[in-house]
Amino acid sequence: MAYDKFNILTSTAVPLPIENVDTDQIIPARFLKATERKGFGDNLFRDWRYNPDNTPKSQFVLNNPIYGGKILVGGKNFGSGSSREHAAWAVYDYGFRCVVSSFFADIFRNNCLNVGVLPVQIGPDFLEKVFRAIEADPKTEFKVDLAEQTFTILSTGEFETFGINEYKKENMMNGFDDIDYLLNIKEDIKTFAERRPF
Amino acid sequence: MGNTLFDKVWDAHVVKKIKNGPDVLFIDRHLVHEVTSPVAFLGLKNRGIPVLYAGRTFATADHNTPTLNQHLPVSDPLSANQLKALEKNAAEHGIPYWGLGHEKNGIVHVIGPENGITLPGATIVCGDSHTSTHGAFGAIAFGIGTSEVEMVLSSQCIMQPKPKSMRININGKLNFGVTPKDVALYIISQLTTSGATGYFVEYAGEVFRNMSMEGRMTVCNLSIEMGARGGMIAPDTTTFEYIKGREFAPKGADWDKAMAYWETLHSEDNAEFDKELSFDAANIEPMITYGTNPGMGFGISNSIPKAGEGTSANTYKKSLAYMDFNEGEAMLGKVIDFVFLGSCTNGRIEDFRAFASIVKGRKKAENVTAWLVPGSHKVEEAIKEEGILEILHESGFKLREPGCSACLAMNDDKVPAGKYAVSTSNRNFEGRQGPGARTLLASPLVAAAAAVTGVVTDPRELMELQEA
Repeated sequence: MAYDKFNILTSTAVPLPIENVDTDQIIPARFLKATERKGFGDNLFRDWRYNPDNTPKSQFVLNNPIYGGKILVGGKNFGSGSSREHAAWAVYDYGFRCVVSSFFADIFRNNCLNVGVLPVQIGPDFLEKVFRAIEADPKTEFKVDLAEQTFTILSTGEFETFGINEYKKENMMNGFDDIDYLLNIKEDIKTFAERRPF
Repeated sequence: MGNTLFDKVWDAHVVKKIKNGPDVLFIDRHLVHEVTSPVAFLGLKNRGIPVLYAGRTFATADHNTPTLNQHLPVSDPLSANQLKALEKNAAEHGIPYWGLGHEKNGIVHVIGPENGITLPGATIVCGDSHTSTHGAFGAIAFGIGTSEVEMVLSSQCIMQPKPKSMRININGKLNFGVTPKDVALYIISQLTTSGATGYFVEYAGEVFRNMSMEGRMTVCNLSIEMGARGGMIAPDTTTFEYIKGREFAPKGADWDKAMAYWETLHSEDNAEFDKELSFDAANIEPMITYGTNPGMGFGISNSIPKAGEGTSANTYKKSLAYMDFNEGEAMLGKVIDFVFLGSCTNGRIEDFRAFASIVKGRKKAENVTAWLVPGSHKVEEAIKEEGILEILHESGFKLREPGCSACLAMNDDKVPAGKYAVSTSNRNFEGRQGPGARTLLASPLVAAAAAVTGVVTDPRELMELQEA
């Protein structure tokens, strides 16, 4: 699935200072019944965001109008649990293009990279600083520069670099996906398959 | 430096290495279910491309399916639609499909091994994080996202950087009443839910050598719960005996050829791991969780740890508030409402044998609703053949039809808000078994003890003492 090219993103951020945010919270299983990839943003953090009668929970950050932007900042071990790519779709569909944390679960990180959401991993101390900056001023802007691999608090100029696989970086900057690559080497794959013992 | 088991299997599947990028990894077996595949099939359609090797893919229905009256049409229209989509997609692309009513239907991670699809030295993926289960056979098996499902369908490959390696050794003999599930919950409680993130784990040592295939599957199944991509155990006689004669396993000369290869699948003596941990079997007792992630567990006779002991303050506070538990409280004696035996973690025949061993001659507690759900029709058959069904009936329990059931609240089996469930499943996340449901993860023995007493009970109190 093609997605928007990612280069530089400057935006305010939504803080979610909770650790071990698992994919069952990002999107509960009962919302995985669609057969098309659309509408998942409505159910992002469904049970933290809405009461059972579907009224919004005013204390949850997504329902607080003072917070907004295309960057979601989560606590350590973000995206643990299920392999459901729906979690990354929900994040993207809601309007986030970048998730920041001090630690990501593996499959979630991969899924994000495959659907156009940039996972930015920063150190725990800098993450604290980011949370404090948003707390002090929800209008604080951050700059994510994929080419330079930097994440900057614009008001103070403080930044940290983040890691990303070179190949994935190219893909995100160009909006390519792995299937384009794999289809191009199909003959190599077929030759390889013939050698497999089972 | 010698190769690890993981190196041997991974390296044998690399079609192409990309400089500063991932490896292109060939996938031998692809398992598909109804939830994470429809958008992948839609992707193929939009690109106008076929499935490259339909014969390497196997499809089943499990997450969404009811566990009662499977002969009737599925009543939830969204579930019915998703099941229909898989049936149609499989037919269109020539993929074998074992839907509801099919004799081979069951949970994807139960039917793979029992039909001989899961083999040592293979790479196996599925759009489900508990694909790690198949590592019990010395396969590299892990969960993938839907984009990757589309990659495998179209090219039989995925692109992944090679993970780091970890070995977890447990030596000694397991204590009385301690099952493979307890071993896994113990490891996760020691490592936390992110302790193995970025790693592929090999389980080694006496405890795993002595474990049945069912037990090894339970342990590997839970690898994902400590953040690992997967877990694996070197194949041995136990593995080969389990596989031999199963429908899709190699036969005749192919079997001999396969065996010659499989016998090479172990870590060399001088292999080095990026991380190595060792635990003593003697320190493990029957486990139970008290919080909202699988790492928040302890030996059943202990009490809820004090704030600051291992879990960070905000996770700890939020978890206890959700569970309505207090710091320092004991778990033994807590009144529970539901018991769930089943799931890809504990829905195999050995788990039903264990459950039956406790409930035999006792009665189901009146305050408990028990859902006993076999992982597949083959497990269901074995339950009947071995006389376990009779024991369950005499004790006041009923058996449901196979499926994922109350593991993930995607089908009709949901634990109501505020109720406590002792579950043999894999996750106790908030709302995992239904919005507001409270899950205590445990072994089939602990579940059985709770089912007959109505409270959290140490199963050892109900077990006949015998020589270990």
